[in-house]
Amino acid sequence: MSAGADAIAAPATAQRKQSGRLLTALLLAPSALWFFVLLILPLAVVLIYSVGVRAPAGGYQAAFTFDNYLNLPARWTAFKNTLTLAPLGTLICLLAGYPLAYFLAVKSSARWRVLLLILVIVPFWTSFLIRTYAWIFILGGRGIPALLDSIGIPDVRLINTPFAVMCGIVYAYLPLMVFPIYVSLEKLDKRLLEASEDLGAGPFATFRQITLPLSAPGIITGCMLVFILLMGEYLIPQMLGGGKVFFIGNALVDLFLQSLNWPYGSAVAMALVAIMLVTVSLYLRATAATGGRRDASLI
Amino acid sequence: MLRAYSVLVYLFLYGPIALIVLFSFNSGLSAADFQGFSLKWYAKVAGNSLMLDALRTSFTVAFSSAALATIMGTMAALALQRVKGPVRVIFDGLTYIAIMVPGIVIGIATLIALVTTFEAANTILAQIWPGDAPPQLHMGYGSIIAAHTLFSMALVIVIVRARMAGMDRSLIEASMDLYADPWATFRQVTLPQLAPAIMAGFLLCFTFSFDDFVIAFFVAGPLNTLPIYVFSSIRRGVTPEINAIGTAIMMFSLVMLFSAQVLLRRASAPRKA
Repeated sequence: MSAGADAIAAPATAQRKQSGRLLTALLLAPSALWFFVLLILPLAVVLIYSVGVRAPAGGYQAAFTFDNYLNLPARWTAFKNTLTLAPLGTLICLLAGYPLAYFLAVKSSARWRVLLLILVIVPFWTSFLIRTYAWIFILGGRGIPALLDSIGIPDVRLINTPFAVMCGIVYAYLPLMVFPIYVSLEKLDKRLLEASEDLGAGPFATFRQITLPLSAPGIITGCMLVFILLMGEYLIPQMLGGGKVFFIGNALVDLFLQSLNWPYGSAVAMALVAIMLVTVSLYLRATAATGGRRDASLI
Repeated sequence: MLRAYSVLVYLFLYGPIALIVLFSFNSGLSAADFQGFSLKWYAKVAGNSLMLDALRTSFTVAFSSAALATIMGTMAALALQRVKGPVRVIFDGLTYIAIMVPGIVIGIATLIALVTTFEAANTILAQIWPGDAPPQLHMGYGSIIAAHTLFSMALVIVIVRARMAGMDRSLIEASMDLYADPWATFRQVTLPQLAPAIMAGFLLCFTFSFDDFVIAFFVAGPLNTLPIYVFSSIRRGVTPEINAIGTAIMMFSLVMLFSAQVLLRRASAPRKA
């Protein structure tokens, strides 16, 4: 290429670079606008309201006070329920889901594996509302209690109990736990299991020393996904707990729509987001420690 | 033993769904006492105008938000491929925040932000409007569609970017070498490769919006979406009609999910030259 051609090419490249930058900006503009108006702005409003006071007729009145945060213990029951039932639900999902994930990844025949895996995920993508409603149907007065009554065990109450909420939780979130564990178990080199067996390790020792540590990234991801979603749960306690077992989400609906105490509700919402952020950062640290990468893709 | 346990888990997963489907065909009045096969609850659903209105609203919202989210999300994904540094970090962060913050917090935050903005805007409009009846901003289609689009857009960005990561760059380079201009390259090389992921993203967004209760509950204003309608019917009492609606909704989501899966599979399968 001659020097003359170079001289012509240089401004052309610069121009192309500039128009490329303009194109990038144009492509990003709509999503940036959306993120700003419907994510950053609303969260900022919640943050500002959380240091305000309730207007006499409900809503918000400008102020700068931390009283709402100091008052958080007034809704202690909601926090306590969420912070006990969410980890408990996560644990039950893990204990119930791990054997299934193990079966799918290690024991099932390759021919059926994909179909069986799809069958686990399908319920997760069908109507959440209807799946939770199914448990009202099952645990409600004319479901299992009626069956028990007919065989001579009267007056069993299942709906509107922590047990009912737990049924709904495990039912709704089990698929979300199985999938990431399956992914990490599937990548596990099966020869390691054989080697361990050959070296005289029992099934339990093999599981504890090889399978479990190698599936740790999947376990952590699954637990994180389930826990995060459970923290913000509203429908399951609302429908199956009947106002007796309520989560932070239920307290939020009550504060915003019933008692119209927006500032206090905002503080509760901020506390919920803060708990989740702490969890996520712990998760990121844990995955960095186990050397696992994120492989949570449900689709 | 592991096999028997797995069978039990599948029974647990599908039993309740099967029960709903079975009882939607119950000819009896009682929701929990099967008396014979009948389609009468489906006929009743088909004639329920409140339900049909809710269904129409849900369709409009799901279609609009999915379309908007797919277009804006794909545009963002295309641009993010070309940028590095703080812009990319910020967009990645916002995408994950949009997906991670619970629906209930998003719903509430959007509600109070919009109510506050609308109040201020309506006051100003009332003062500057020349006529007698100034237009009033209020919650409705706009607010639900906008709120659903946020989550859906984040979903599309994640899906399309995952597809781009697995894309064959050499085709784009070949196209450039053959003097195709960037637009022709995009239309003839990039877009066809991305199409299945974009379509799958659309279907997943549609399914999300169609199924969402929590966000719509806050920002729907006077409108009823299908989940809001179903939720309030359940509150009034369990009836076989809800089973019929539930069965229909589940069948519909299954079709959508299945289409999305087929498209995604096609997207991730190696393309033959």
